[in-house]
Amino acid sequence: MSAEWRLRAPANLVSRRAIVQWALRAGLFWVFVLAVHGGIALFSDEPPGWLRYTAIGAAVVGVVHVAVMPQWRYRVHRWETTADAVFTRSGWVTQEWRLAPISRIQTVDTGRGPLQQLLKLSTVTITTASAQGPLKIDGLDATVAAKVVDELSATTQATPGDAT
Amino acid sequence: MTALPAAPEFVEAAPEWGRLNPRMIVVRPLNELIGLLPVLVGLIFLGNVETWRIVTSVGLVALIVTFGLLSWLTTKYRITDTHVELHKGVVFRQRRSIPRDRVRTVDLTAKLGHRLFGLAAVRVGTGQQERSPGEGTVVLDAVTAAEADRLRQAFLHRPTTQVAVEAEATEDEGVPIAGLDTRWYRYAPLTLSGFLTIGITFGFIANFANEWDFRFSEVGAIREGFGWISQTDWGTVVPVTAGAVAVLSVFASLANYLLQNHNFRLTRQADGTVRVRRGLLTTRSVSIEEKRLRGAALHEPLLLRAGGGARLTAITTGLNRAGGSSLLLPPAPRAEADRVCADVLAIDQPPTSTPLTTHPPRARARRIVRAVVPNLLLVVVLAVLDTAAGWPMWTWLAAIALLPLSVLLGLSRYASLGHALTDRYLVSRSGSLDRRTVALQRTGVLGWKLTRTVFQRRAGVFTLTAVTAAGSGGYHVIDIGDQQGLDLVDEAVPDLIGQFLR
Repeated sequence: MSAEWRLRAPANLVSRRAIVQWALRAGLFWVFVLAVHGGIALFSDEPPGWLRYTAIGAAVVGVVHVAVMPQWRYRVHRWETTADAVFTRSGWVTQEWRLAPISRIQTVDTGRGPLQQLLKLSTVTITTASAQGPLKIDGLDATVAAKVVDELSATTQATPGDAT
Repeated sequence: MTALPAAPEFVEAAPEWGRLNPRMIVVRPLNELIGLLPVLVGLIFLGNVETWRIVTSVGLVALIVTFGLLSWLTTKYRITDTHVELHKGVVFRQRRSIPRDRVRTVDLTAKLGHRLFGLAAVRVGTGQQERSPGEGTVVLDAVTAAEADRLRQAFLHRPTTQVAVEAEATEDEGVPIAGLDTRWYRYAPLTLSGFLTIGITFGFIANFANEWDFRFSEVGAIREGFGWISQTDWGTVVPVTAGAVAVLSVFASLANYLLQNHNFRLTRQADGTVRVRRGLLTTRSVSIEEKRLRGAALHEPLLLRAGGGARLTAITTGLNRAGGSSLLLPPAPRAEADRVCADVLAIDQPPTSTPLTTHPPRARARRIVRAVVPNLLLVVVLAVLDTAAGWPMWTWLAAIALLPLSVLLGLSRYASLGHALTDRYLVSRSGSLDRRTVALQRTGVLGWKLTRTVFQRRAGVFTLTAVTAAGSGGYHVIDIGDQQGLDLVDEAVPDLIGQFLR
């Protein structure tokens, strides 16, 4: 890392269970890919010769992905809220830092997918008036997420302006 | 239920539901038929006269006319004191209501059919971000031109300023900022519009002939042309064809410029808007609320840049980016574009001509690599296809010959990269084939996005995105140095990133 990168990481880690969530999510995807291969091999009269190689390739990439990505993400994904700003970091190979002043926040809400419900995790979504997409904190413990939303909603409402 | 407090007096009585102008029963089908004219002509006149062709044509026309009638019957709108409401839809009913105080832009468009009947379509845009397309806009297609102009004024006047504005003349011509200079036509051939027109026309004709089984060999002139091509050697055919395409595209681009920018005027209105009016057959009038103007973008595509020209567009909330509605100045001299930019943004120095800080040398290496690698991949793929599938050898040799051009492109892209901070604007430039210089109001920045790939981290650069509600939602500063980038963020929006710096 360059010595000139003076931007410190956001203070808080996400929940450790997020590692399981990312691993499961990636694992399910690769299982699906292999299942498609298996389906073709089973039900096709003449499976193409390259099928074996793509299946092996998918298996290798899948195992490495599931082994490396969640741990890596866990080290990158961080978040922090202060009195006047929200600061997040996400990604793994490519990292994305988002910074938004509280005064420009429009809505704050949580969402929970099926996997997240199982693991008692939540994603906090913080929207601004921009088409660039919201800030997301993925894999927060559900109770922490609820607290973050409450806090942010309170500070956002106390800040005047139409946030554009 | 307890008695509610008395409602406040309406400044303007809430009108009844109104319909669009009844002339639209004729105009909508007419506009669509004008577009379908080539198809209809082809159906009826090309090839043999067959019953099914005539039946298809009549059916098509009947369908369009019926649809026009139905959509007139099912569309109604009203403008209340607080909202613009529109109900429409033949098959899918749509109800849209937008608050009047959210109206940021008003776009009046009159196609040829509209103009013959003295009508205009009114498109009202809000600053709201659209989750589904068209969510934040209401289109009244169409009302009389006079009503359209009345609506334009009504929408952009806030109730507080209403009295003052009505005292003024209704025909508000505004203070001119820029007007079309016939010398600007010299920039028309430097845009690719002519070339594109030829390509689209050619594609359309070819596709059409294919669909309807039309044989070109039956037309004498085309047969002779093909005969000449097959008999003459390549050394003559290629330059002659290229010359013909070049001449045609020059004419097509001039025609395009005339159609789109005839009688172009950019004015500042007394009601706090800037207004662009232009067009020969289809006329457009776009009004942008100045308070919502977040900046401007100067576009200099390669050819136009070589000719010393530029195009200017507005960065604002409430304009859909499609359809050129954000255009502030058609291709014109660069100096004029700078002047108009400063004038529209109401500042002394045009931010687009601010000297820019260059990005670190490692950004140059990255630009070159990113230009050359796709070219190298192309060479490899073509070479593989040569050995594996027997493709001609000259394809990958030609791809190799393109490599020096790729390097030049990378260098040119690096030369474009730059950023600057003026007292009110963040300026960023990038691109070579389509170079853009964006000036974004610092107060319009809603936040920042900093992206670093593995390669960028090693090179000590990152891509900074200023997030905004206007225009495309985010404007990039590509491959800015770590140090200078963080400093830029800190300086552009003070008291934000400082707390997170070591």
